Amino acid sequence: MPTFFERRQLVTPGDLIAEGEYIVGENAYKEDNKIYASRVGLVEYENKRVNVVALKAFYIPKVGDTVIGTVIEVGFNGWMVNIHSPYLAILRASDVLSRPFKPQIDDLSEVLNVGDLVIAKIVAYDRAHDPQLTVGEPGLGKITRGQVIKITPTKIPRLIGRKGSMISMIKQETGCHIIIGHNGIVLITGKRLEDEQLAMMAIHKIEKESHTTGLTDRIAQLIKKEKEKAKQKEEIKSESKT
Amino acid sequence: MSQKLEKLIDKKGLRLDGRKLDELRSIKIEVGALSNADGSAYIQQGKNKILAAVYGPKELHPKHLALPDRMVLRCRYHMAPFSVQERKSPAPSRREIEISKVIREALEPSIFIEYYPRTSIDLFIEVLQADGGTRCASITAASLALADAGIPMRDLVASCAAGKVDDTIVLDLMDTEDKVGTADVPVALMPNLNAITLLQMDGILTLEEFEKAVNLALEGCRKIYTMQKETLKAKYIGVKEVEE
Repeated sequence: MPTFFERRQLVTPGDLIAEGEYIVGENAYKEDNKIYASRVGLVEYENKRVNVVALKAFYIPKVGDTVIGTVIEVGFNGWMVNIHSPYLAILRASDVLSRPFKPQIDDLSEVLNVGDLVIAKIVAYDRAHDPQLTVGEPGLGKITRGQVIKITPTKIPRLIGRKGSMISMIKQETGCHIIIGHNGIVLITGKRLEDEQLAMMAIHKIEKESHTTGLTDRIAQLIKKEKEKAKQKEEIKSESKT
Repeated sequence: MSQKLEKLIDKKGLRLDGRKLDELRSIKIEVGALSNADGSAYIQQGKNKILAAVYGPKELHPKHLALPDRMVLRCRYHMAPFSVQERKSPAPSRREIEISKVIREALEPSIFIEYYPRTSIDLFIEVLQADGGTRCASITAASLALADAGIPMRDLVASCAAGKVDDTIVLDLMDTEDKVGTADVPVALMPNLNAITLLQMDGILTLEEFEKAVNLALEGCRKIYTMQKETLKAKYIGVKEVEE
């Protein structure tokens, strides 16, 4: 039962990564007892399971995921939400309004209009039906302030880090509140715009260098350096004022 | 042709551009050339210059075209008006529509289209400069663009042509050889699975010649495949090396 690559080695679609009694993991497929990669990514062999951690992919809805999306259409009894996946999501009016709603009376565009951003949870999805959303849980609903950025969904585990080490470090260093949607949309809300921009910069760096080692330390250094720079600038400003 | 060319292969067995019979044109490939597309690739094969861009998968418009059990691959092969010596009308010609279909059918077997029902992928191929064998170079680039877009694939598709020039079977025909020569056999291959996804023939060949041409083209495909893989990896290894 040979394997053909080392752990964390880069593979391209069609590469033969294992042969024999292995279990097919993510981004791989089995044919005639041979396992091939189906996306560009890094190989992971875990016991009998062969995985490819994709370097680029798109979001496929999963029940229970928290996502951030944009309202693109107001319908008769709900909204269509773009959740940056191949499928549009549906948010029902009866889910958003706590009281029974009548299409003749209620104007849905007053609650959520085209262009509004929402944090929502996926409650239903299968091959034949578009994903359905809910906002009926604490922390979900319309976004009123902050910065929104998009990263490749496969890099979210790296952004969170082991037991949340990476994301809690960024939160602590920048003082921002960060919500990560499973679909790759990240919402950053901080007290000052500078803090938000610093967090955005760090997240973009993580996305670009997600497959390198020792990233958490490098990001921490980057944030510290940028903070010092900002401090110096402020000092110069206050000096020139006096 | 305005003037009749006497010989396409000289006494030493070299072709018009100095290549050997089984030699490919120089190939340069770049992945991720366009930032607005989900995936893209640029290929230079000899004088050919081709851009491929992929959008999707996304929900399909108009909706009635969507298939309930698989995704739809839409492909547009287009030659820029300045891609050939005499201005080409930008409207899609009969030939371009046919090549679009041929390219789509060459790439479809490589994609897991059954994974994402009711969606579509849009593939745009723009020939900026043409010098023979553009359908093959287009397939090579388009396959890389699909992989770059993160679409799950069985294998990359590499493509190359062989043909008959001056009664000899040669690899990777350029424009003059294509026009003056007697036959042209474009082949597309998924090398790791050893599956042919495109096989056409234009001209007349005997059975033995045909077999020889196909085998030569397959060999060319395998050479191109290694280049494709290197390019795809180079995009990410570049980042890695800078940091370490």
